[in-house]
Amino acid sequence: MNFNSITQIFIITWMNLRNIPQRLGTSAVAVFGVACVVGVFTGVLSMAAGFERTMRNAGSPDTAIVLRAGATSEMSSGLDYETTQQVANLPGVAKDEVGTISSAELFVVVDIAKRATNSSANVPLRGVQPEAFKVRHTFKIIEGRNFEPGKNELIVGRGAQKQFANLDVGAKIKLGQTEWNVVGLFESGGGVAESELWCDAKILQAAYRRGNSFQTIRLQLTSPAALKELKSAIAADPKFNLDVQLESEYLAAQSEPLSKFIKIVGYPLAILMAIGAIFGAINTMYTSVSSRTREIATLRAIGFGALPVAISTLVESLVLSFLGGIIGSIVVYLVFNGYTVSTLNFASFSQVVFDFAVTPQLLIQGVIFAAVIGFIGGIFPAFRAAYLPVAAALREV
Amino acid sequence: MSDARQDPIADNEVLVELKSIGKTYKKGKEVVPVLANLNLTIKRGDFLALMGPSGSGKTTLLNLLGGLDSPTSGELIINGEYLDKFSGSQLTEWRARNVGFIFQFYNLMPVLTAEKNVELPLLLTNLTSKERKLHVAAALELVGLADRAKHYPKELSGGQEQRVAIARALVSDPNLLLCDEPTGDLDRTTADEILALMQELNREQQKTIVMVTHDPRAADHAKKIIHLDKGTLVNDIAAGGHHKKSGTGGA
Amino acid sequence: MYYLFFIVKNLGRKKTRTILTILSILVAFLLFGLLRCLSVAFDAGAEIAGEDRLITINKVTLIQPLPYSYLSKVRALEGVENVTMANWFGGYYQEKKNEFPQFPVDGDTYFDIYKEMYTLPAEQMAAWKSDRVGVVIGRALAQKFNWKVGDRIPLVGMFAQKNGGTTWEFVIKGIYDAKEKRADTGMMFMHYDYFDKSRQFGEGTLGWLIIKVKNPAQADQVASAIDALFVNSFSETKTSSEKDFAKSFAKQFADIGLITTLILSAVFFTMLLVAGNTMAQSFRERIPEVAILKTLGFSDAMVMFLVLAEAFVVVLCGGAAGLAVAAKVIAILSDKFAANLPGLHFSMAILLDGLMAMLLLGLLTGIIPAIQGLRLSIVAALRRR
Repeated sequence: MNFNSITQIFIITWMNLRNIPQRLGTSAVAVFGVACVVGVFTGVLSMAAGFERTMRNAGSPDTAIVLRAGATSEMSSGLDYETTQQVANLPGVAKDEVGTISSAELFVVVDIAKRATNSSANVPLRGVQPEAFKVRHTFKIIEGRNFEPGKNELIVGRGAQKQFANLDVGAKIKLGQTEWNVVGLFESGGGVAESELWCDAKILQAAYRRGNSFQTIRLQLTSPAALKELKSAIAADPKFNLDVQLESEYLAAQSEPLSKFIKIVGYPLAILMAIGAIFGAINTMYTSVSSRTREIATLRAIGFGALPVAISTLVESLVLSFLGGIIGSIVVYLVFNGYTVSTLNFASFSQVVFDFAVTPQLLIQGVIFAAVIGFIGGIFPAFRAAYLPVAAALREV
Repeated sequence: MSDARQDPIADNEVLVELKSIGKTYKKGKEVVPVLANLNLTIKRGDFLALMGPSGSGKTTLLNLLGGLDSPTSGELIINGEYLDKFSGSQLTEWRARNVGFIFQFYNLMPVLTAEKNVELPLLLTNLTSKERKLHVAAALELVGLADRAKHYPKELSGGQEQRVAIARALVSDPNLLLCDEPTGDLDRTTADEILALMQELNREQQKTIVMVTHDPRAADHAKKIIHLDKGTLVNDIAAGGHHKKSGTGGA
Repeated sequence: MYYLFFIVKNLGRKKTRTILTILSILVAFLLFGLLRCLSVAFDAGAEIAGEDRLITINKVTLIQPLPYSYLSKVRALEGVENVTMANWFGGYYQEKKNEFPQFPVDGDTYFDIYKEMYTLPAEQMAAWKSDRVGVVIGRALAQKFNWKVGDRIPLVGMFAQKNGGTTWEFVIKGIYDAKEKRADTGMMFMHYDYFDKSRQFGEGTLGWLIIKVKNPAQADQVASAIDALFVNSFSETKTSSEKDFAKSFAKQFADIGLITTLILSAVFFTMLLVAGNTMAQSFRERIPEVAILKTLGFSDAMVMFLVLAEAFVVVLCGGAAGLAVAAKVIAILSDKFAANLPGLHFSMAILLDGLMAMLLLGLLTGIIPAIQGLRLSIVAALRRR
C-alpha cells in the first residue's frame, strides 16, 4: 500500500487545490494574513540588518581607533595634540613616504534640518587630517572635489546629502558663526561615515574653540595582528590614559543598543502577529475541511485512507502560507530594499543614515516563518479531516 | 434465515452474514440503541431492498455492511472476513476492494470529469493507467454514458450524475453494491431508468445489491424486501424474540 | 436577555471557530495596546512639558555649551520669573552599558522650577546642599541599581577632572519622587559648582538654560527676547518652549516612529480581515436559518440587530481581553523600564481608543452580513437548502 498512499496524497491534494477557487475568500485572507506577517517580520529585521550593515561596513580589519580611557563614544573622548602625535609614532602603526598613516579627528554635532520633515536633526561634523583618506580605504569623492586645508569647505557623505537639507555640492551653509561651502560629495563603502560632514580639523578646532585638542585617532595598523603590539605599547607608558580597539569592534559596540532595540521590539511583534495569523490559518483550514466534508467522506467511503486525507489538508495549508510568505517577501523587497532612513543613534548622539537591507537570509527566514505558520495552522484541521466520522458526514447535506 | 449457522467459508452461496448484531450510539450520557440482535444472511447475487420508517436503523445497517461503521456487538462476516474484528485502517483497505457505494446525492467530485470520477477507486489498486482507462471506459459503457466521459458533474443532469456514481461504484468490480436512497433525488422517469439499470447489473453482472429506500415502487425492483423497525427485522420479531431487543442491546 | 442567550447559543455552535476568532482579535488588541503605550511613552516628554517653561540651547546644537554669564543676563530680562541651568555629565556606572542621565544643576532653582513635577524632602535637600559631592537621584533609578541614601557611587564621566581622571565619586543625599505620574525619575543631579570647578576643560560654560516665564501667554515674546540678546555673539542661542523642544528631540527618531505606526496599521488591518472574514463566513452558513427567523415574523431590523450584536459580542470579548493582557504586560514592563522609559503606562486614553477601535471593528465585520440579512429573500434562501 505504500506506493498507493503517495498516489492517494497526490490525488486528494490536487483535488483540494483545484477546489480553492470555490473558497477564494477565506483562502485569500489566509494568504494575505501570512503575507502581512512575513512582510512585517522581514521589514523590521531588514531595518536592523541595514543599520548593522551601515555601522559595520566602515571598519576595515587593520584600522584601529584610539579614545580616552573609559570613553563610551567619540563624543565623550578627548585627546590633546601631544598625545595624538605620540600615539601615531608608536610601533604597529603603518607608515608611508609622507609619515605615519593616522588621522587625529574631532567630532561635533550640528543642527541641520531633515529634508523630508524640515525638523532639526543632530548631524555629525567631523574634522579630519589629510591622512584620513588613507586610513579609510573605501573613501571616494563621487562629485565635486575634496576640501582644501585651511578653508571653510565641507565635503558631505552620500547618506547625509540625501537625508539632510541644503547639502548639495555648491551650497553654502551657516553653522553657528561660520559659513561653509559644500565642495564635494563622498562615499565610503556604505559605512557610517556617509552620514557625516567632513572638513579640515584645524578649521573645525578654530570654529568651535577647541584649541588644539582632538577626540580620536584613527590609525592604519601594519597588520591586523599589530593591534596587540600597539596595545602593549600604550599600556607600557604611564603617560597614556587611552583605549585602543579595532574600528570594526568600536562600531559594532556603537550599533548594538539600537539594533538590539529594533530586535527587542521586532521579534515579539513578529511572534504575536504570527500567533494571530496562525489563528486565521486554522480557521481557514477548518472552513476548508468543513466545506469539503462530503467530499472527504465520499473518498473515505470509496477506500481512501485517513492519512492521505490529513496530509492533503496540511499540504493545502502549507501551499497557501508559502504563497503568502513569498508575496510578503517580494513586496517587502520591492518596497523597502534600499529605502533610506535616518535615526538618532544615542551612542554618538547624532544621526545615522542607513538603507533597509532585505538580505537573502531574511527572505529565506521569512519563507520558513510562513511555513511554520502554515504547518501549525494546518495540523489541527488535518486531524479533524482524518478523524471525520465517515458515516455521519455522508448524511450531511 | 436465522438458522444459517454453518461455517460461512464452506458456503459459497452466502456473501454476508450478520449474527446477533447490536449497535448503540452515545448521545451525551445516554446510550441509544439503533440495532439490536439482528441476524441476516445475504446470498451472492441477491438484490435486497431495505425498508422501514425513519430512525429504524436502515442507514446504520448499510454503513455496517459497507465497513463505514463497526457493530457494538455480534459478528459481521462478509465474504469470509470478520469485519467486526477489523481496525479502522483495515476497514478502509477492505472497502476499496469489496464495496461500491451509491448515494442519494451522488457525491461526485465537482473538480473531476466523469471519467476521472470513475477512475478514482482504481487509483487504490495496482492497475496501470492503461488498464484503468479500459476499466473506466467499460464501466461508463455499462451505465450508458460513454459519450459523456469528458463532462464535469455540473454539466450533467441528476440522472446522468447518478449513472456516473454507479459507474464509479462498479469500476473496481466489488462484491457488494450498497445504495442509500439512490433515486431519492430523482424524478419518477429517471428513477425508473436508474432502477432498471441496477436490475440489469444484478441480473447480467451478478452484482449483489443492498438498497435502502423509502419508496415502495423502488423496492419493487428488488428481488427481496426486508423491513426494519426500531432496530430489528420485522420478519424476525417472532423468531428472534421481541423481549430481547431492549435488554441485550449492548451485550 | 433572550436575545443575548440566542446570540451566545449561536456563537457556541462552532466553538472552535468562535474561540479562534476571539483569540485573533485578542492578539490584535494586545498589539494595539502595547504599541500605543510604547508610542505614547516616546512622546510623553512633550506631553507633560510645562507651558510656562522655555529651554535655551546653543544655536549650533544642544551639545555646544553656552557661557555661564548668560544665566544672569537672561534672569534680568522682563517677563522671566526664574532661570536655572543644567549640563551634560554623560557618565556610566561600572560598565558602559549602565548609562543613565546625569546632570550637574543648581539644586535650589532647578527643583523650584520643576516643583510641580518632582518632590524632594526638605531635609534631604538641605543635606545635599551641604555636601559638595552629594547627588540626588530619582526613585526609579534608586530601584534599578538598588541604591539608597548614603551610598557612594563612582561614575566614569565624559568630562575629565583637573587631575586627568575620569572617575567621579558621588554620595547619594536624597531621592526625589514624581508628582506627575509620567515624570522621569531615572535621573541623577549633582552640584554644578563642584562639577564646573573640578573639570579639566570647559570651565564657565553650561549646557542649557531653563526659564520659567511669569505669564505663559508671553512665552513667545520672552523667547525672542532671549535670542535677540545674544544675536551675533559667538554663542547664538535658540529658545523654544519645553514642549517644542521635547517634540523636536523626539522627532530625531521620527522615521522609526513612522515605521512603527505603519507596522501597527498592517498588523491591525490583517487581524481585522482575518476575524471579519470568519464572522462573515459563519453568517453565510446560517443564511437558511435567518430565512426561517424571517418567516417566523422577525423584522428586518431585528435580524440586522441580531447579526450586528453577534459581531459586537465577539469583538468586545476579544478586544477587552486583549487590552486587559496589554495593561498587565505594560504594568510589568513599566516597573522594569521605569528608568529608561518613564512614560510607559496604560492610560485611560488608550483604553478609550481601544474601545473606539472595537466599536469600529464590530461595525465593519458585522455590517456586510447584516445587510445581507436585511436583503435576504426568504424564498431564495429556503430553496438553497
